Amino acid sequence: MRNLIAFPLLILGVILQSSVVSQVRLLSGYADLLLVLLAAWSLQERVDSAWHWGAVTCLLLGFVSNLPLAVIIMGYFGVLFLARVLQRRVWQAPLLAMFSVVFFGTLFFHALSFIVLRFLGASFAFGEVMGLITLPSLLLNMLLSIPIYSSMRELSHWVYPLEDQV
Amino acid sequence: MNSRSLQTTIVFLVVGGILVLAFGGAFGSASRGLTAALVDIQSWITSRFVGFQDFVTAPRDIVTLRQRNAELEAQVSQLQAQLIELQQRVNETEILAALVDFSRSNPESTYKAASVIGRDPSPFLHYIIINRGSNDDIRRGMPVVTNQGLVGRVDAVIADAARVQLITDPASSVNVYLQNADTTAVLYGSVTGDVSLDLISQNATVEAGDLILTSGLGGGYPADLIIGQVVTVRSLEFELFQQATVQPAVDFSRLEIVLVITNFRPVDITPLEPVTTPIP
Repeated sequence: MRNLIAFPLLILGVILQSSVVSQVRLLSGYADLLLVLLAAWSLQERVDSAWHWGAVTCLLLGFVSNLPLAVIIMGYFGVLFLARVLQRRVWQAPLLAMFSVVFFGTLFFHALSFIVLRFLGASFAFGEVMGLITLPSLLLNMLLSIPIYSSMRELSHWVYPLEDQV
Repeated sequence: MNSRSLQTTIVFLVVGGILVLAFGGAFGSASRGLTAALVDIQSWITSRFVGFQDFVTAPRDIVTLRQRNAELEAQVSQLQAQLIELQQRVNETEILAALVDFSRSNPESTYKAASVIGRDPSPFLHYIIINRGSNDDIRRGMPVVTNQGLVGRVDAVIADAARVQLITDPASSVNVYLQNADTTAVLYGSVTGDVSLDLISQNATVEAGDLILTSGLGGGYPADLIIGQVVTVRSLEFELFQQATVQPAVDFSRLEIVLVITNFRPVDITPLEPVTTPIP
């Protein structure tokens, strides 16, 4: 039942992303709070609900963003997949895994957005997108990684308590 | 009274009398010297006493001062919070006053004011979210303006909120009219939020500072809404059209309150557009 914390937390995340994080710009890019949050959650050892969290995030973002839903779903589920794969293999260095997921996840999500929006007719120049949006967003996401990872670790201990703690 | 006490009394009276005379200045310069010496001594003693008193009473004063300081700091914080709130209200009032002026000067349209409550979570898109929706008769396609000029148009609506596509969005295009050059063009947004003009006829004489208005062509926006000014023009002989960079009239990074033009219905001209059939 404690997993239901996902709903208020992700709603709060979407609100913060839309009203606060999107105002804190570095050039034309800004952090993706939900991507970092999902990556951090799915990298936690005991978490088995990462896909559910991903689905809720996609649902909420589908309402708020004009980005095609397919991009949102593929983007976030891609990040989750990457996180789950790395979680099993790099379990001894969780922060390294976190940085890797955020780094490659951001690149993947932006590449996907770029390709689909370009296909839909928006005029983007690759260099412009890379220099003004993707790299600044990447930097901001990396900066958010550590505090969010720590918060998610605490949250996972609360949602999935060890047997002797119950 | 015995003889000893009588002597003492006499000595005291004599010395006291001398002192009274001396203080009264009866002995000339000797009197002045005496009084000056006494005053100096008193001053010295007084200053030392005041110093001692300060030293003794200081700790109690520090405690009082600290308490007072804490009270004043709390008061300053409270006043600063009030000041920020009042400044916010003044800003809102100024914006609303400007919007009211704008709506009065454009009585042909009816407006609904809305607050900007968010932006699109994706940095690739330039959309804002406003706190008015279908419950307030907001419909898709309605133009959104401020007193400075055109902001964009409503793209999606739910009951209590709507998403507005800004004219800076990369997928946005607006048919515009260059007033000084008396020609039409198309305004495009970009991923960086800059806007530019394209499809300006090579025959038109466009200059920096020319005013850009909506033309109303295509039925997407009403005519004569201010968009901005031309900054630079790029005209190459071998190209079909001229291009220009534009300084928008609206500051899109500081959008707080906007007006939705509710009596404008966009016209869908898609069925009227010629269909290109492949030549066999």
